[in-house]
Amino acid sequence: MDEIILLKYGEIALKGQNRNTFENLFIRNLRRRLRGLGEFKIEKAQSTVTVAPAGQADMDEAFERLSKVFGAAAISRSAVVGKTYEQIREAVSYLDAKLQSAKTFKVEAKRSDKAFPMNSPELCRELGHDILERYPHLSVDVHRPDLTVWVEVRDRAAYLHVGQLPGAGGIPVGSGGRAALLLSGGIDSPVAGYLMAKRGLEINAVHFASPPYTSERAKLKVIKLCQLLVPYTGWIHLTVVPFTKIQDEIARRCPEEFFTIIMRRFMMEIASRIGAARECAALVTGESLGQVASQTVQGIACTDAAAALPVLRPAIGMDKDEIVAVARKIGTFETSILPYEDCCTVFTPRHPKTKPHLPFVLEAERALDREALMAEAIAGAEAMLIDDNTEC
Amino acid sequence: MDRIMIYFDNSSTTRVDPEVADLVRAMMCETFGNPSSLHRLGVEAERRYQKAQRQMLSALGAKEGEVVFTSGGTEANNLAVFGTAAAKARRGNRVVTTAFEHSSVTGPVAELARRGMETVVVKPERDGTLDPEKLLAACNEDTILVSAQLVNNEVGTILPVEDLVRGIRKRSPNAAIHSDAVQAFCKLPYEVSRLGLDLMTVSAHKIHAPKGAGALYVAKGTKLRPLFFGGGQQKGLRPGTENMALIAGIGLAAERAHARLAENWDAVSKVRDRLAERLGAMEGVTVNSPKGALPYIFNISIPGYRSETMLHFLESKDIFVSSGSACSRGARSPVLTAMGLSDREIDSSIRISLSKYNTPEEADTFADAVAEGMKTLRKR
Repeated sequence: MDEIILLKYGEIALKGQNRNTFENLFIRNLRRRLRGLGEFKIEKAQSTVTVAPAGQADMDEAFERLSKVFGAAAISRSAVVGKTYEQIREAVSYLDAKLQSAKTFKVEAKRSDKAFPMNSPELCRELGHDILERYPHLSVDVHRPDLTVWVEVRDRAAYLHVGQLPGAGGIPVGSGGRAALLLSGGIDSPVAGYLMAKRGLEINAVHFASPPYTSERAKLKVIKLCQLLVPYTGWIHLTVVPFTKIQDEIARRCPEEFFTIIMRRFMMEIASRIGAARECAALVTGESLGQVASQTVQGIACTDAAAALPVLRPAIGMDKDEIVAVARKIGTFETSILPYEDCCTVFTPRHPKTKPHLPFVLEAERALDREALMAEAIAGAEAMLIDDNTEC
Repeated sequence: MDRIMIYFDNSSTTRVDPEVADLVRAMMCETFGNPSSLHRLGVEAERRYQKAQRQMLSALGAKEGEVVFTSGGTEANNLAVFGTAAAKARRGNRVVTTAFEHSSVTGPVAELARRGMETVVVKPERDGTLDPEKLLAACNEDTILVSAQLVNNEVGTILPVEDLVRGIRKRSPNAAIHSDAVQAFCKLPYEVSRLGLDLMTVSAHKIHAPKGAGALYVAKGTKLRPLFFGGGQQKGLRPGTENMALIAGIGLAAERAHARLAENWDAVSKVRDRLAERLGAMEGVTVNSPKGALPYIFNISIPGYRSETMLHFLESKDIFVSSGSACSRGARSPVLTAMGLSDREIDSSIRISLSKYNTPEEADTFADAVAEGMKTLRKR
């Protein structure tokens, strides 16, 4: 039995003259995620992309992976059958295991090829009848069936499946350009990366490490988080920036209450520079308004002033519960809560300024040779590409 | 080891002695038979098994047939707790233990509580010792198991087990008495038969043998239900083909360590005394190990400096220790918490644990490094 995976476009279908660009990126991303699973033939047809194995291929894994590629509103896996009723009837065996375990079922038919001799209601009736004959334990329930058998008669072939699942949604990664994600190792930043990748951004990650205050394990944790995002983002360029000296200098020379805000400003500026060098057009952070002292509107005003790129904050209006729910869904939560110190927790001031005023912050920063500190940090940065082949 | 490093984390695990490693390899590649096999290879393996058993019995001070080899301390502790609970279910419903046991004892005891047993957990004193009266007060006629470690794993307290056993016998005639001796084995001089214990746990990788092996001493006549069922090996108490390589390894390591027990004790005491002298004189350092603790373990706090930070600072100087608590977000050390230390002390605790390979000069280097760390790192 020939099998095929169908991915139905979401927003791509609404695009106008540049729809082709979106489609091509979508297909490129699908192809990338299928690497190592065998040979596949990928085609566009009627707001749908079909992925068919060309020879040996791991279809279970392929389905799993493609369900996480942004751009598809729905995904289904079906048997591909010739366009005669006899062939469609034979193909019911493809659903054997599912029919065996169900108690009730119904048949839904869709006929976009109007040349097919039976219309949809006729097809439903006939196939339902034949299934009942073959699986006498089943009964028909058109309202709440355990299983819905779908038959779609399209231009090229007929497709038999048990319904579609929601796709990953969003628009293809890369269609919006690149952005640099400030990835701390906590719960929020991986979620922010996921959300912006979903809106078409290719994600580069920047992590700030503060040895000996933070450990090798904290770095491995961030690499692991990148790996967990790869099913959605395709790949991630990660840059690890040594940050201890900057933190030491701030702690030594600036008022304690400004510590966090000045540190965040360094992060924004360094990430902007690293991002710009990698052709990133924006920064992404996991900030949520009011969550901590530096994530107030006034705090954001001060940190934004240090960012040379626009800062996207997809989690800004989300509660912690909502962020955690996404983290659990995408599988980063368990790794995010591993208990290692990260660079943000090390020097936390006892009483941080919650409403910092930029002129005062700038005045406090004058005690620092910002330029030299940033140049040194960037020069010491370590870059790596995280994809499916990265070992952790 | 190519680099010069100071390994002060021997209560976590130890370097395997080369002689032990050689034997383990030979057992895997040459004398690889199954002791249950009837042929010559099996007989040879059986002979090696008997030898390892003799070595263990002699190191423990136990009699023939009183040792069961396991996959390590955790399994031995589980076998002791669950095995006793199952065997004595009809004799009573109470289990008594201390609040500063290893998690492989507290875990099984907590599970017994979930299954409906009455469990009493006795807290240690502020100085890291255990008041024997408090433990004995918890033991009644309904008690079927008392589990109290011989040496605490974080601060090195030596419990007066011999006295405890005498008191427990009077109050709880039905109780099996177990002691987790993982940190004491081949370090503290004792003979298990004199201690009067029914069950005692030891582990291989704390005495320069590989990870993955341990043993449970089971005194003759002790009632115990196995955790696993199968081929009947080890008198049915721990079925499964004997892990010959590691059993031979723990046997040899035990023999070697036991033979040099007094010598190692003296050498390690010198290192500990140097640590106590140097660190005790440093402002801002407090000692958490009680007086009379096992010299192999020395626990300090440096309030204001997080354990994890100091640990990584020392690591940058190739000095390896262990932190009492994982970090600000991690779980606090249950042992130090049970002792009633302040959060600042717990968050800044460092455990130094020694072996025969350590020297007083290393203690000096360590103390210098801590002083440097306190100067370099930011206090909070």
